[in-house]
This record gives sequence, structure tokens and C-alpha cells, in this order.
Amino acid sequence: MRWLDRPAGDTQITHRQRLWLYALAGIIMVLLVAPTIIVIPMSFSASQYLEFPPRDWSLRWYEHYLGEPEWLAATATSLKAGLLTMLVATPIGTMAAYGLHVSGHWLARWLFILLITPMMVPVILIAIGVFYAFVQLRMVNTLFGLVVAHTILALPLVLIVVGAALKSYDFNQELAARSLGASRLKAFLTVTLPQIRFSVVTAALLAFLTSFDEVIVAMFVSGGDNSTLTRNMFNSLRDQIDPTIASISTIMIVVSSTALVLAQLFGRSKS
Amino acid sequence: MTGTDSLPISIAGITKRYGDVYALDHVDLEVRSGEFLTLLGPSGSGKTTLLMALAGFTRPDSGSIRFGDREIVLTPPHRRDVGMVFQNYALFPHMSVAGNVGYPLRLRKVAKAEIAARVEQALETVKLAGYGERRVDQLSGGQKQRVALARAIVFRPRILLMDEPLSALDKQLREHMQIELRQLHERLGMTTVYVTHDQREALTMSDRIAVINHGRLMQLDAPRRIYDRPANRFVADFIGESTFLDVERDGDTVRFGGRPMAVGWMPEGDGPVQLLIRPERLALLTGEAPDGMNRFEGRVQAIVYQGDTALAYVALADGPEVALRAGTRTGTAFDRLARGDTVTLGLHRDDAVLVPVEGGGRR
Amino acid sequence: MTAVDLEPNADDLRRQGDRERWAMLGLASPAVLTVLVIMVLPVGWLFYLSFIGESGGFSLENYGRMLESKAYGRIFWTTFEVSFLTTGICVLLGYPLAYFFAQLPRRAAAVCMLTVLLPFWTSLLVRTYAWLVLLQRKGLVNTWAIDLGLWDEPLALVHNMTGTLIGMVHIMLPFLVLPLYGAMKAISGDYVRAAANLGAGPTAAFWGVFFPLSLPGLFAGSLIVFVLCLGFFVTPAVLGGGRVIMVSMQITTNIELFFNWGAASALGVVLLAITLGILFAASRLLRLDAVLGGGH
Repeated sequence: MRWLDRPAGDTQITHRQRLWLYALAGIIMVLLVAPTIIVIPMSFSASQYLEFPPRDWSLRWYEHYLGEPEWLAATATSLKAGLLTMLVATPIGTMAAYGLHVSGHWLARWLFILLITPMMVPVILIAIGVFYAFVQLRMVNTLFGLVVAHTILALPLVLIVVGAALKSYDFNQELAARSLGASRLKAFLTVTLPQIRFSVVTAALLAFLTSFDEVIVAMFVSGGDNSTLTRNMFNSLRDQIDPTIASISTIMIVVSSTALVLAQLFGRSKS
Repeated sequence: MTGTDSLPISIAGITKRYGDVYALDHVDLEVRSGEFLTLLGPSGSGKTTLLMALAGFTRPDSGSIRFGDREIVLTPPHRRDVGMVFQNYALFPHMSVAGNVGYPLRLRKVAKAEIAARVEQALETVKLAGYGERRVDQLSGGQKQRVALARAIVFRPRILLMDEPLSALDKQLREHMQIELRQLHERLGMTTVYVTHDQREALTMSDRIAVINHGRLMQLDAPRRIYDRPANRFVADFIGESTFLDVERDGDTVRFGGRPMAVGWMPEGDGPVQLLIRPERLALLTGEAPDGMNRFEGRVQAIVYQGDTALAYVALADGPEVALRAGTRTGTAFDRLARGDTVTLGLHRDDAVLVPVEGGGRR
Repeated sequence: MTAVDLEPNADDLRRQGDRERWAMLGLASPAVLTVLVIMVLPVGWLFYLSFIGESGGFSLENYGRMLESKAYGRIFWTTFEVSFLTTGICVLLGYPLAYFFAQLPRRAAAVCMLTVLLPFWTSLLVRTYAWLVLLQRKGLVNTWAIDLGLWDEPLALVHNMTGTLIGMVHIMLPFLVLPLYGAMKAISGDYVRAAANLGAGPTAAFWGVFFPLSLPGLFAGSLIVFVLCLGFFVTPAVLGGGRVIMVSMQITTNIELFFNWGAASALGVVLLAITLGILFAASRLLRLDAVLGGGH
């Protein structure tokens, strides 16, 4: 245990004097991760009550989930909405980030602020506003309505992630490409985009998750055949603790962890 | 790669304002076909703005730029057909060396086989034959510079623009590359406009130097004339080391401290002038002054040793202090100099240059 | 003799420049249009609705009710109480954690960071559900605590303020830690070394040099957490069990149960005004762009 008495920082403080910090950080890290992780084994419990560790293992809650057409339809809706939101928000967000970055217009700054307001305005307000508008337009319970509503929630993330990438990108490369004979579009596609692609992928994953995990807007504007997974989960949570939710939660954890791993992998290969 | 055609560039009335500040103030400049012209100036002088206007990345407020007979001021950058080398190289990290160099050819839809041949040829020209498969991040600074150059010349542009291309290299490599760029220019013969803030680099490489300050052309001349016959106080001050002595001019006679002086050159007009003294043009006199030498008496204030040369600061009898530079060879009179010594300095009449006090720098 | 053109091509150049600036701005138009049509217009409409009374004419009754009714007062009080407590607990837990990360070597920090990123990327509904399961009467926490002899009877850990706060802190902590960690990483170790060189011990160097330098990051993180808490819905709705009513929940009730758009809109407008007011006040104290990581 000699390392305990070695200096741990710039002020020669030793690890021993810092043990409390390590312990505290360790506890917080466990508390951050454990509750989410613990749901996974629980979902394989055979008992009516969620136990940890489960006394008997079974797949009954997964069977229950797969046997319920309503849950499956909701899952399909959520996946569709997520993918469509990603496919809409990523290109239009990236276009906006690029346009606002290169345009020297004084309006650019204000448009940027406008585009990130959906992150600052309380979601409930956006939800009832959209709901009200969709009632007039007969777009409630449509996939299209859900996707455009989720798109504005995802746009700020795309704009910020891609905008940050453009900021740290050496724009001389695009100038070089244009001096070598590439039009602006060609220069963007062949030189700029390949270099900010990791950020664009991260932005796309975030856009997907924004929609996939979204509850409040979905609660108002999705329903019937186009009810989302989160909406159904939320409704059943208010009633009772249904172990089926544990199995769905596990699936959702797997989805978001996959997204996180993908993002980390892309981020890693960048450096 | 020899025999590339070159084009003259004719710049007329180019103006660019940022708010109330003129980055370029009605600049007129003729670049001769095939010449190596350097834009030299301090940072913020407008030299890079002018280069960017030539490349098409800065849109001037008004003015005309012609490549040969073609007016290009409204032409987008990708249709100007100029090669450009950027300060930080701007190589594309997601492409190999060959990918970078071949990029302009692919854009021009050149056949695959020909691309390969021309890429290899361009790499040979910059002494990087066989480096095609390397990744960009495996190259040293000097090699990156060469790749950037190969990429800028591979499509045989008739004009080459370079924006402080050597500023990121260390001193030795920089000096080596200066010679190499100069030789390459002689071989390729394309009209080259080169931006730098390093006066030595400008003096070393250029056919002509355009000194720029506050968005205006201060002087356009061959390096020797820029150094020996500066047109105004700014040019004299910016290039080389200089001390200025107040002198009175009365027609053709010039007096310093009441004594008449022999001068080699004086500007036209009869505005106030100053005598420009370069430290290395002063001589330490022992005994009689040879013909054509102006004499100054003074006392040594300090001696600064700099290795190959040393500087002696001498307070002249009439007040101002001048610097004298000489080699550090052992046994010379200069070598024996000590603080407090009384000395006589000589300045040859041809090295005695007058510059106008007014003009240059201030608007 | 013809007059010499002193400004050749000036008009063409200006036109070309304007065209290009607008074209680049135009790239943002699909995004801008979407946000205008889907968010700004409807929210503007709600703003209008909030001033319409029962009679169908202009009226301030929706706002008047908020001032008169004790129930509304309590809802706003609860909202601020939850937001303040959550932010406070997040600061107490998040600061040491971010500091710990900032002291780790790069690689180790990246691995430890995953413990913050994983919950950050996981559905908030899933995490809320997980706490519901853990904290319920016969849940894991109560069972283990009783087994260990910490308490004898199952405690009411959920469907109340305690459960709400636990869930909220868990969800908000990453929003504090991420910007704070970034700010701490940006503090050069030279400052602390200089302090040590000048005679400061570890404690003095921390409180005298490092802590003040990390304050902007702490402030930014707390601001994000606080503002997000104000509009929170899912976690208090599930873990509060009806005992913790926040503004956003009342808005939902007004619409789902009473179809009262005016009242719901007025509440929404007030919530938005408070949020924007706080953000505006904060932006005067520090650059908001830096907080949000974008802008120019």
C-alpha cells in the first residue's frame, strides 16, 4: 500500500489524505449506475414481485411483453418515430449549423438562439402547444405529427454537437478544396463532412434517443395505433408496478447502451 | 513539369473595409508574368486580405482583378484556377498523400492512369517521390509543406498563391525551404504571389517586394532597392535595423549638426527628411577617413554580443544614439572596443540615405 | 473624357456578397421553419389563449386565479422547493465527483466518465422506474436495510418528496457533472502549482485558487439543472405518487381533466417567463453561449 503515501496532485497531497474523496466518488458512481443495471437481472425473475437477486429465473416477463400486440405495436412506433426523427433532424440540423457558421449575416446569431430554444422552453409547454396545433390540423395520433414534434426537440442537440465540430474544424481545408477546384457543395461533401462525420453520427444517435425516450410530447400527440412505448410505459407506471416494464426497460437500456457504445467507438477512432 | 504558362495579375482599386477600418485601401498592383512577388507587411497590414482576394475567399468592396485579360473579381474561387498553399498546410487528414495531391485532378475528371502519373510527377518535383501511400499525419512539417505545394501545382495553375507557408517550420528548415521554393519557382515559372511578415524571407526569395501597411502599398521594388532606397520612413523602419538622424536639407545640401554631409540618395520634393543609418553600414574608423566617408564622433555606451556579430551602441556627440554592427573576429579594432571608449564612425556616402519623414504608415 | 470609376465592380460585388450571405442563411431555413411552425406559433397561440376568459373575451382571470388560489401558490412553492433541493444536492454530490474525475489520468477519467454517460443516455422513464422498484415498501432498499438492521419497519421512500428528490437528483446529476468537469479540466495545473510554490497547503490551494476558478462551471451546471427541474414532469409524477404536484403536472391536469386551455396556458406562460427570466439574468452574469456550448 505504498502508493497511498505518494503525492496525488499538484500540491503534494497524498492519496491517503484523499481516500475520503475516492470513497465518496466511488459511492456516487455506484449510485449512478446501479439502479439502472439492477433492473436487468430483475427482469429475468420468475416471481410476481420484482426481486434481487431473483430466486428463480425465467423469461416470463419477456414472453408477456412479446405476447402483447399492444406493446409490440408501441415498440414499432417508437422505433419508427426515432428513426424518422433522426433522418429529418440530422440533415436539417447539420445544414443549419453549417449555414449559420459560414454566413457572416448578423441574423445568424439570432437564428442560432431561436433554434436552440426548444431546449430551454419547458417541454410541457411545447407539448400542449403542439397538441393544440395538431388538434386543429387533425394531426393528433399521427406518426408524422409525432416526428415533426420530436424533430424540434432534437434540433438543438444536432445544432450544438455539429456546431461545436465545425468550430474546431480547420476551415482552411474547405478553402483549400475550393481553391483546388471544388464548388462549395463539393468541398463540403468531400472534405468537410468526412471530417465532422463523427459528430454528425453522434448527433444522429442523440436525435434518435431524444425521440425514442421522449414521454411528454408523446403523451399528448401519440395515441391509438401510434402510441409510443414510453407513453404506454408511463401510463402503466402510474397504475401499478408491472414486472413487464422491467423487461421493456432492459430492452431500452440495451438500445441506449448500444447508442452510447457506438458514439464512444466513433469518438475513439477520431483521435 | 516545366513550361507551365504564367499569367500577369493586374490589381486595380481593390478596397475592403471592415466597419471604418480599411483592410485594403484602393490598392493598385501589377504582378508581372512569371515573377515571384512577395507581399510584405506587419500583421494586420492587409497583405493576407489581398492574397485572399486574389484567391476569391475575401470579397472586396470594389476593385478589379485581372488574370491576364480575364476579369475574375466576381469569379468564385473554384473557377479561378490558382494554386494556393496555406499557412497551416490545410492537408486533408482523411486522405493519403496521393489522395491529397490527386484531389484537384479528380475534380477535373482526369483519367485514373493519368492522375497516378501526374501525382507521382508532382511528388517528384517536391522531392517526395514514393510518399504517395503515406498518411498525412505520418509526415514531418517540412514534408507536409511539400505535399501542400505538390497539391497546389499538380493541376498546372498559371498562378500560385502562398500564405506564409514556412511560418510553422523551425529556422533551419525554413531557410532551406526558402532556397528550394525559389529554385522550384525558377523551374516552373508560374506567377507567384507570396505573403510573409518575415523581411529576411522576403529579401531572400523575391523578384520584387510589395511592402504593405494599413491596407496601402508603401513601396514596390526589387529587394535591394527596398533595403537600400526605402521610399519612406515606414519601409525603412520595417525592413532591417535602423536609426534615424534628424538632418536639415537646403536644396541639395544636407547638414547634420551644422556640418555638411555627403549623401548618395535623397527623395524628391523638399519636405523634412531624416538620415537612415543601418548598423552594418557604419564603420569603425581608425586614423583618417577615406574619401566619401561621413564622420561621426561618439562614445560607446554598451556592447551586445550576439555570436556571429556584435552591436555597439554609440552616443553621438550631438545626442542621438546609433548602433554599429560588426563581425566578432578576434583582434580587430571592434573586438577591442570597450564601454566608455571614444570612437569615430564612418558612413559611406552611398550608404547615407535620406527618407522623407512624412508619408507611409499614417493615413 | 470619361469619369474614372473609383469604385469598379462595387455594385456587382455587393450584390454577390448579399446573395451568398442569404444563401448560407437559407441553409438554416428548413430548421428555422420547423421550429417556427411547430413551436413558436403554437406557443404564441397559447400565450393568446391565456388572456381569454370564460366569456370568450379578453380577460386576466387565468392569471388572477393563480394569485388568489392557495392551491396554485402551493404548486409554485413545491416546484421551487423541488428545484432548489435537487440543485443543492446535485452540487454537493456532483462537485466532489467532477473533481475526482478531473484529477484522474485521461484514460481512467474516460472510463469513469461512462458511469455518468450511461445514465445520461438511458431513458429517464427507465431510470425513474428503476427507483420506483428499488424504493417501494417491499423494495430492495427497504429489504436490505431491515436485513442489515438499519431500520425495523419499511420506510416510505417513494410516492413522496423523498422519492421524488432521489429520482430527480439521479437524473440531473450528469447535467451538472459534465459541464463542471469540462470547466475543471480547463483550469491549468500551473495555478495550483503556483499557489503551492507561494506557500499554500493543499487545502488553502484548493479553496483559494482551484475552487474560485471552477465557480463559473459550477454556476453553469447548477443553472442547467435548476431550469430543467422547473419544467420537470415524469419523475415527480411517478415517484411523487400524487403528493408532489409541480407546475407542469398541473398544466397536464388542467388539459386532460378539465379541458381548460386558458388556465393551462397561463400556467405555461408563467413557467416560461420564470425560466427565461432566470436564463436571462444568468446570461448577464456569464456568457450563455459558453453554457450551451454553441453560438459564435
